[in-house]
Amino acid sequence: MDVILFLIFAIIAVVCAINVVVQTHPISSAISLVGVMGSLAVLYLLLGAEFIAAAQVIVYAGAIMVLFVFVIMLLNAGAESKKGRSFMVQLLGVPLLIGLLVLLGWFVQRLYPAGASMHFGGFQGGTARDVGRALFGPYLLPFEVTSILVLIAIVGAIVLARKEMD
Amino acid sequence: MSEVPIAWFLTLSAVLFALGVAGFLFRRNIITVFMSIELMLNAVNLSFVTFSYQLKQVNGHLFTFFVMVVAAAEAAVGLAIILTIYKNRGTLNIDEVDSLKN
Repeated sequence: MDVILFLIFAIIAVVCAINVVVQTHPISSAISLVGVMGSLAVLYLLLGAEFIAAAQVIVYAGAIMVLFVFVIMLLNAGAESKKGRSFMVQLLGVPLLIGLLVLLGWFVQRLYPAGASMHFGGFQGGTARDVGRALFGPYLLPFEVTSILVLIAIVGAIVLARKEMD
Repeated sequence: MSEVPIAWFLTLSAVLFALGVAGFLFRRNIITVFMSIELMLNAVNLSFVTFSYQLKQVNGHLFTFFVMVVAAAEAAVGLAIILTIYKNRGTLNIDEVDSLKN
């Protein structure tokens, strides 16, 4: 059952990710990216990360992607043109990408030859309670620094996007 | 066989990351390039949660949480920059935004 669930949502994620890259219209890419994030949320649930799965759906698929779609609509972004592609990227891009993938795959195989495996319910420590305890215990300082970062981002976004007032 | 090997999750993460790099390299639209970065961040998040399961510790979830917060901040600022670029230059093609080149 776990294998079937994993395979279904892994295939959805990979197909949507390929769609993000090959679609020429940004809005199609954005919708495909929502698909990737949704299937990743299911995989998080499978791994016992309940809080992270909920945050993935709310923050990523909800807030961030709405922001993207909003900007795409606002700028009325059309399909991109094919011309003007860099020659070096055309020539070296695909071989280097395959090299990266082979390297990562080799590393994963070296790390986990065959032994380790997961089943649903094998890790129960990912509830909101556990995450909250860790967040306000050993991770309190990074959490507070993050709040300052978000404040700076809000102010920066307003300053960048406002109309110039004379 | 009802158990999924941990390596499958990590391989899926590697594939998603490589696809994000592909989008970053091959696409010319600045919004799509930005979405490719989000795709790469998501792939790394999957690795974090997988390692958290493997080690039976909650720390990986915390890292994922922080990555999400930073991604949200980055998206807000980045999209504001994209708006400004479009207002000033009227284009979203990253090849035409090359003031630093000459």
